[in-house]
Amino acid sequence: MGMFNVFNVSGSAMNAQSIRLNTIASNLANADSVSGSPDQVYKAKTPEFETMLQQESSNSVGVKVKQILESNANPVIRHEPNNPLADAQGNVYTPNINSVEEMANMMSASRSYQNNVEVFNTSKQLLMRTINLGR
Amino acid sequence: MSISLNNVFGVHEAALRLRAQRTELLGSNLANADTPNYKARDIDFQSAMKEAMAGQSTATLKTTQPGHIGGSTDPAAMDYVKFRVPTQPSLDGNTVETEVEQAAFARNAIEYQATLNFLEGKGKSIINALKGES
Repeated sequence: MGMFNVFNVSGSAMNAQSIRLNTIASNLANADSVSGSPDQVYKAKTPEFETMLQQESSNSVGVKVKQILESNANPVIRHEPNNPLADAQGNVYTPNINSVEEMANMMSASRSYQNNVEVFNTSKQLLMRTINLGR
Repeated sequence: MSISLNNVFGVHEAALRLRAQRTELLGSNLANADTPNYKARDIDFQSAMKEAMAGQSTATLKTTQPGHIGGSTDPAAMDYVKFRVPTQPSLDGNTVETEVEQAAFARNAIEYQATLNFLEGKGKSIINALKGES
Protein backbone atom coordinates (compact mmCIF):
# COMPACT_ATOMS: atom_id res chain seq x y z
CA MET A 1 0.00 0.00 0.00
CA GLY A 2 1.12 3.50 -0.83
CA MET A 3 4.65 4.59 -0.27
CA PHE A 4 5.53 1.87 2.24
CA ASN A 5 6.71 -0.31 -0.64
CA VAL A 6 9.67 2.02 -1.14
CA PHE A 7 11.19 0.52 2.00
CA ASN A 8 10.99 -3.00 0.60
CA VAL A 9 12.42 -1.90 -2.72
CA SER A 10 15.32 0.08 -1.25
CA GLY A 11 15.91 -2.68 1.28
CA SER A 12 16.14 -5.32 -1.42
CA ALA A 13 18.52 -3.14 -3.41
CA MET A 14 20.74 -2.57 -0.37
CA ASN A 15 20.77 -6.31 0.24
CA ALA A 16 21.73 -7.02 -3.38
CA GLN A 17 24.47 -4.40 -3.33
CA SER A 18 25.89 -5.76 -0.08
CA ILE A 19 26.03 -9.23 -1.63
CA ARG A 20 27.93 -7.64 -4.50
CA LEU A 21 30.32 -5.99 -2.01
CA ASN A 22 30.78 -9.34 -0.29
CA THR A 23 31.75 -11.10 -3.50
CA ILE A 24 34.19 -8.29 -4.33
CA ALA A 25 35.75 -8.58 -0.86
CA SER A 26 36.05 -12.31 -1.36
CA ASN A 27 37.66 -11.84 -4.78
CA LEU A 28 40.17 -9.32 -3.46
CA ALA A 29 40.98 -11.46 -0.43
CA ASN A 30 41.67 -14.47 -2.62
CA ALA A 31 43.61 -12.62 -5.31
CA ASP A 32 46.87 -14.15 -4.12
CA SER A 33 45.76 -17.55 -2.89
CA VAL A 34 47.95 -20.19 -4.48
CA SER A 35 46.83 -23.68 -5.35
CA GLY A 36 48.53 -26.75 -6.68
CA SER A 37 46.17 -27.60 -9.54
CA PRO A 38 44.30 -25.47 -12.10
CA ASP A 39 40.96 -27.00 -11.04
CA GLN A 40 41.23 -26.05 -7.40
CA VAL A 41 42.14 -22.46 -8.03
CA TYR A 42 39.75 -19.80 -6.67
CA LYS A 43 37.44 -18.34 -9.33
CA ALA A 44 36.31 -14.73 -9.28
CA LYS A 45 32.64 -14.43 -8.34
CA THR A 46 30.11 -11.87 -9.58
CA PRO A 47 26.43 -11.70 -8.65
CA GLU A 48 23.81 -11.41 -11.37
CA PHE A 49 20.95 -9.06 -10.52
CA GLU A 50 17.35 -9.55 -11.51
CA THR A 51 14.19 -7.51 -10.92
CA MET A 52 11.72 -8.88 -8.43
CA LEU A 53 8.12 -8.27 -9.46
CA GLN A 54 5.76 -7.73 -6.58
CA GLN A 55 2.30 -9.15 -6.92
CA GLU A 56 0.02 -6.43 -5.59
CA SER A 57 1.32 -3.48 -7.54
CA SER A 58 3.75 -3.36 -10.40
CA ASN A 59 4.80 0.14 -9.41
CA SER A 60 7.54 -0.99 -7.12
CA VAL A 61 10.08 -3.50 -8.27
CA GLY A 62 12.85 -4.64 -6.01
CA VAL A 63 16.10 -6.37 -6.88
CA LYS A 64 17.31 -9.82 -6.07
CA VAL A 65 20.47 -11.73 -6.78
CA LYS A 66 19.59 -14.36 -9.35
CA GLN A 67 22.81 -16.29 -9.10
CA ILE A 68 26.49 -15.94 -8.36
CA LEU A 69 28.49 -16.40 -11.55
CA GLU A 70 32.02 -17.77 -11.47
CA SER A 71 34.58 -16.36 -13.85
CA ASN A 72 36.02 -18.82 -16.35
CA ALA A 73 39.22 -16.88 -16.90
CA ASN A 74 42.25 -19.14 -17.01
CA PRO A 75 44.39 -19.13 -13.83
CA VAL A 76 47.80 -17.52 -13.86
CA ILE A 77 50.55 -20.16 -13.99
CA ARG A 78 53.69 -19.43 -12.01
CA HIS A 79 56.79 -21.60 -12.09
CA GLU A 80 57.81 -22.04 -8.44
CA PRO A 81 59.48 -25.41 -7.97
CA ASN A 82 60.34 -24.60 -4.34
CA ASN A 83 56.74 -23.98 -3.39
CA PRO A 84 55.43 -26.97 -1.35
CA LEU A 85 52.13 -26.79 -3.31
CA ALA A 86 53.80 -27.03 -6.71
CA ASP A 87 52.72 -29.83 -9.06
CA ALA A 88 55.01 -32.26 -10.93
CA GLN A 89 56.08 -29.57 -13.42
CA GLY A 90 56.90 -27.16 -10.56
CA ASN A 91 53.97 -24.89 -11.35
CA VAL A 92 51.55 -23.21 -8.98
CA TYR A 93 48.29 -21.53 -9.99
CA THR A 94 46.82 -18.25 -8.82
CA PRO A 95 43.38 -16.89 -9.72
CA ASN A 96 43.16 -14.46 -12.60
CA ILE A 97 41.70 -11.58 -10.59
CA ASN A 98 42.15 -8.03 -11.78
CA SER A 99 42.27 -6.04 -8.57
CA VAL A 100 41.84 -2.70 -10.32
CA GLU A 101 38.64 -3.97 -11.90
CA GLU A 102 37.45 -5.24 -8.53
CA MET A 103 38.18 -1.89 -6.87
CA ALA A 104 36.23 -0.03 -9.56
CA ASN A 105 33.38 -2.47 -9.10
CA MET A 106 33.52 -1.86 -5.36
CA MET A 107 33.21 1.90 -5.83
CA SER A 108 30.20 1.38 -8.07
CA ALA A 109 28.55 -0.95 -5.55
CA SER A 110 29.12 1.37 -2.61
CA ARG A 111 27.74 4.37 -4.55
CA SER A 112 24.64 2.39 -5.48
CA TYR A 113 24.23 1.38 -1.85
CA GLN A 114 24.49 5.01 -0.74
CA ASN A 115 21.91 6.00 -3.33
CA ASN A 116 19.45 3.53 -1.90
CA VAL A 117 20.12 4.70 1.65
CA GLU A 118 19.31 8.21 0.43
CA VAL A 119 16.04 7.07 -1.17
CA PHE A 120 15.17 5.21 2.03
CA ASN A 121 15.83 8.23 4.26
CA THR A 122 13.97 10.69 2.05
CA SER A 123 10.94 8.41 1.81
CA LYS A 124 11.01 7.95 5.55
CA GLN A 125 11.03 11.70 6.11
CA LEU A 126 8.15 12.20 3.68
CA LEU A 127 6.10 9.50 5.38
CA MET A 128 6.82 10.85 8.85
CA ARG A 129 5.66 14.29 7.74
CA THR A 130 2.52 12.75 6.25
CA ILE A 131 1.78 10.90 9.47
CA ASN A 132 2.23 14.05 11.49
CA LEU A 133 0.01 16.04 9.16
CA GLY A 134 -2.32 18.37 11.01
CA ARG A 135 -0.62 18.19 14.39
CA MET B 1 -22.25 29.38 0.96
CA SER B 2 -21.91 25.73 1.81
CA ILE B 3 -18.70 23.93 2.49
CA SER B 4 -18.55 20.39 1.30
CA LEU B 5 -16.09 18.45 3.38
CA ASN B 6 -15.56 16.04 0.52
CA ASN B 7 -13.56 18.41 -1.62
CA VAL B 8 -11.93 20.60 0.98
CA PHE B 9 -8.55 19.47 -0.16
CA GLY B 10 -9.28 19.92 -3.84
CA VAL B 11 -6.49 18.92 -6.18
CA HIS B 12 -4.03 18.35 -3.39
CA GLU B 13 -5.44 15.02 -2.36
CA ALA B 14 -4.99 13.57 -5.85
CA ALA B 15 -1.63 15.31 -6.19
CA LEU B 16 -0.34 13.76 -2.97
CA ARG B 17 -1.37 10.30 -4.10
CA LEU B 18 0.38 10.76 -7.44
CA ARG B 19 3.52 12.14 -5.82
CA ALA B 20 3.63 9.15 -3.49
CA GLN B 21 3.25 6.84 -6.47
CA ARG B 22 6.01 8.69 -8.27
CA THR B 23 8.30 8.37 -5.22
CA GLU B 24 7.74 4.64 -5.40
CA LEU B 25 8.50 4.46 -9.12
CA LEU B 26 11.64 6.58 -8.91
CA GLY B 27 12.77 4.60 -5.86
CA SER B 28 12.41 1.42 -7.91
CA ASN B 29 14.39 2.97 -10.74
CA LEU B 30 17.25 3.82 -8.39
CA ALA B 31 17.08 0.39 -6.77
CA ASN B 32 17.43 -1.25 -10.18
CA ALA B 33 20.26 0.99 -11.40
CA ASP B 34 22.51 -2.08 -11.80
CA THR B 35 19.96 -4.64 -12.98
CA PRO B 36 20.47 -5.78 -16.59
CA ASN B 37 17.50 -5.17 -18.92
CA TYR B 38 15.57 -3.08 -16.40
CA LYS B 39 13.64 -0.25 -18.06
CA ALA B 40 13.22 2.96 -16.06
CA ARG B 41 9.66 4.23 -15.65
CA ASP B 42 8.11 7.50 -14.63
CA ILE B 43 4.71 9.14 -14.33
CA ASP B 44 3.44 11.57 -16.92
CA PHE B 45 2.26 13.92 -14.21
CA GLN B 46 0.13 16.18 -16.37
CA SER B 47 -2.00 13.44 -17.90
CA ALA B 48 -2.14 11.58 -14.58
CA MET B 49 -3.44 14.71 -12.88
CA LYS B 50 -5.96 15.27 -15.65
CA GLU B 51 -7.18 11.72 -15.23
CA ALA B 52 -7.40 12.11 -11.47
CA MET B 53 -9.30 15.39 -11.78
CA ALA B 54 -11.75 13.87 -14.25
CA GLY B 55 -12.69 11.66 -11.34
CA GLN B 56 -12.34 8.23 -12.78
CA SER B 57 -10.27 6.67 -15.46
CA THR B 58 -12.14 6.60 -18.76
CA ALA B 59 -11.84 2.82 -18.82
CA THR B 60 -13.86 2.37 -15.64
CA LEU B 61 -17.05 0.35 -16.04
CA LYS B 62 -20.34 1.47 -14.58
CA THR B 63 -21.92 -0.83 -11.97
CA THR B 64 -25.71 -0.60 -11.93
CA GLN B 65 -26.48 -3.94 -10.26
CA PRO B 66 -25.02 -5.34 -7.05
CA GLY B 67 -23.62 -8.32 -8.98
CA HIS B 68 -21.64 -6.16 -11.40
CA ILE B 69 -17.91 -6.00 -11.29
CA GLY B 70 -16.38 -2.58 -11.84
CA GLY B 71 -13.55 -1.85 -14.22
CA SER B 72 -9.98 -1.71 -13.10
CA THR B 73 -9.10 1.27 -10.94
CA ASP B 74 -5.79 -0.24 -10.00
CA PRO B 75 -3.25 2.59 -10.21
CA ALA B 76 -0.66 0.18 -11.62
CA ALA B 77 -2.87 -0.52 -14.63
CA MET B 78 -3.21 3.15 -15.52
CA ASP B 79 -1.62 4.32 -18.68
CA TYR B 80 0.15 7.41 -17.38
CA VAL B 81 3.08 5.30 -16.20
CA LYS B 82 5.55 5.56 -19.06
CA PHE B 83 8.96 4.21 -19.87
CA ARG B 84 11.75 6.72 -19.79
CA VAL B 85 13.68 7.45 -22.98
CA PRO B 86 17.35 7.31 -22.06
CA THR B 87 19.79 9.87 -23.41
CA GLN B 88 22.51 7.24 -23.52
CA PRO B 89 21.37 3.62 -23.40
CA SER B 90 23.80 1.18 -21.85
CA LEU B 91 24.96 -2.12 -23.29
CA ASP B 92 23.24 -4.30 -20.69
CA GLY B 93 19.79 -3.00 -21.70
CA ASN B 94 19.34 -0.97 -18.52
CA THR B 95 17.85 2.49 -19.12
CA VAL B 96 18.31 3.92 -15.61
CA GLU B 97 20.45 7.05 -15.57
CA THR B 98 21.25 7.43 -11.90
CA GLU B 99 21.82 11.20 -11.98
CA VAL B 100 18.60 11.89 -13.88
CA GLU B 101 16.68 9.70 -11.46
CA GLN B 102 18.32 11.31 -8.44
CA ALA B 103 17.37 14.76 -9.69
CA ALA B 104 13.80 13.67 -10.40
CA PHE B 105 13.59 12.01 -6.99
CA ALA B 106 14.82 15.13 -5.18
CA ARG B 107 12.40 17.33 -7.09
CA ASN B 108 9.53 14.96 -6.41
CA ALA B 109 10.35 14.91 -2.68
CA ILE B 110 10.18 18.69 -2.56
CA GLU B 111 6.94 18.77 -4.51
CA TYR B 112 5.52 16.16 -2.15
CA GLN B 113 6.39 18.36 0.81
CA ALA B 114 4.86 21.36 -0.91
CA THR B 115 1.63 19.40 -1.38
CA LEU B 116 1.79 18.44 2.30
CA ASN B 117 2.11 22.10 3.23
CA PHE B 118 -0.92 22.98 1.12
CA LEU B 119 -2.91 20.21 2.78
CA GLU B 120 -1.85 21.34 6.20
CA GLY B 121 -2.89 24.91 5.41
CA LYS B 122 -6.30 23.75 4.19
CA GLY B 123 -6.76 21.71 7.34
CA LYS B 124 -5.80 24.63 9.55
CA SER B 125 -8.18 27.01 7.83
CA ILE B 126 -11.06 24.54 8.25
CA ILE B 127 -10.23 24.15 11.93
CA ASN B 128 -10.11 27.94 12.29
CA ALA B 129 -13.47 28.25 10.58
CA LEU B 130 -14.97 25.62 12.90
CA LYS B 131 -13.61 27.27 16.02
CA GLY B 132 -14.77 30.66 14.88
CA GLU B 133 -11.58 32.29 16.05
CA SER B 134 -9.71 34.81 14.02
